[in-house]
Amino acid sequence: MTIIRANRYLILRRLIQISLLFLFFGGNLYGWKILQGNFSSSVLFGIVPLSDPFALLQVIATGTMVSVPALLGGGIVLSISAILGGRGFCGWICPVNLVTDLADTLRGMTGAPRQGLQLNRNARYWVLGLSLVLSAAFGIAAFEWISPIGALHRGVIYGMGMGWMVVAALFLFDVFAVKNGFCGHLCPLGGFYALVSRWSILRIVHQSSRCTQCMKCTGICPEPQVLPMIGKETAFVGSGECTNCGRCVEVCQDRAMRFGFRMKGPIAKNEKEVIS
Amino acid sequence: MLRPPGAVEEKRFLAACTKCGLCVTACPYKALVLAKPGDGRPIGTPYFMMRDSPCRMCRDIPCTAACPTGALDAGSVSDAVSGGRSAFNINKARIGLAVIDRETCIAYWGIQCDACYRTCPVMDKAITIEYTRNDRTGKHTIIAPVVHSDQCTGCGMCEHACVTRKASIFVLPRLIAMGESSGRYIKGWEQGDERRVGEAPEETTTVTPRSSKSPTDYLNREDL
Repeated sequence: MTIIRANRYLILRRLIQISLLFLFFGGNLYGWKILQGNFSSSVLFGIVPLSDPFALLQVIATGTMVSVPALLGGGIVLSISAILGGRGFCGWICPVNLVTDLADTLRGMTGAPRQGLQLNRNARYWVLGLSLVLSAAFGIAAFEWISPIGALHRGVIYGMGMGWMVVAALFLFDVFAVKNGFCGHLCPLGGFYALVSRWSILRIVHQSSRCTQCMKCTGICPEPQVLPMIGKETAFVGSGECTNCGRCVEVCQDRAMRFGFRMKGPIAKNEKEVIS
Repeated sequence: MLRPPGAVEEKRFLAACTKCGLCVTACPYKALVLAKPGDGRPIGTPYFMMRDSPCRMCRDIPCTAACPTGALDAGSVSDAVSGGRSAFNINKARIGLAVIDRETCIAYWGIQCDACYRTCPVMDKAITIEYTRNDRTGKHTIIAPVVHSDQCTGCGMCEHACVTRKASIFVLPRLIAMGESSGRYIKGWEQGDERRVGEAPEETTTVTPRSSKSPTDYLNREDL
């Protein structure tokens, strides 16, 4: 039981990630009406449209007039992200998370060089901007064209083809080149959701009075730059780059980390009172 | 690329398609394929492989109806009906155009085969049969299929049904399969076309990079 409790969010995330792929797979192969399409655009229960807002943004950048269902679907996803926490997509839904987390685990086990290639975590925002510029310049949704996320989920749902090579390249990059290389540094979709979820409500809370500064949380966090307050002050994780994966909550034996709802803006002055 | 019914022009299609595969999922015959890396086609976009599985021309066009972005334009495969509404008309689809290789089509050899004609969903319009005398034998008829571009939807049923080892009738994108003649010719044998003579300007000039020089210039001024 303790093992399950110590990995409760991890287990839940894997269940959600795998069942979503399974539902999409069955939706295509057997015509299940629960989820059809893929992570780019889909239909929930045969009615509700859902669309990847970043993919739509690229399509719009090409100068294409997008139809109503896609705009509506993009709006729904964007609203949920902006309110609940956008990079929750990265931690809880995105199938690439399965691959890169495995790569990270393997990296830890094999003892690959800690200081390999250096990449700035803000690179993703440049890739994001570049994606939009290139989409406008070439009249084609640029990131969607090469996206390993698309290669993976389309591969699982509609047939992999040579797409496994893209996924393998991503995996090897994360194992040997940069820790959390793709998801934590390069992925423009992650960058997009990080920007969107700047003011989202569902947040990790750190309570410094309970913290013994063991630093297990920053050790396991795929985006450790979002935890500057550990052991210093009681605060919400303010950065949109937090994926809400909950690993910090699980590893913290002092119960100094938990999920909470932040109702105020990004830099609320009286956060301490709100929490305690 | 043979795109689903209602697909907008290829360049705009590539810009608008988000590679979601909803059209592929919607196809009840699993005829549409989503391009995989290594297929040599734009990754993640839908297309037909007519020889394997052609478009069955569903009346409710589920693939076009499923497209969320407008890469498949429902309007282009719909008719206006009463009350400002529109209804799908799959016969307006222009996926491609069937083309016949007369050198390998056994009907053109004089052997009797009308597989494509029989299977065509726009029967007797998109493919008609033309009877000509078989000069080789002097006493038989060549019963040959002929495709008409104004009726052919490019569904590929003919390519699927063709009995030759590699299909002798096959669907090509219309841009590749079709030529285009200028509007300057008057078809005197078509009723009403002569009216266009009146619309034509008295005199026309054609401007090319060479136009600034006199046609006789090179004869007089340049070394020959």
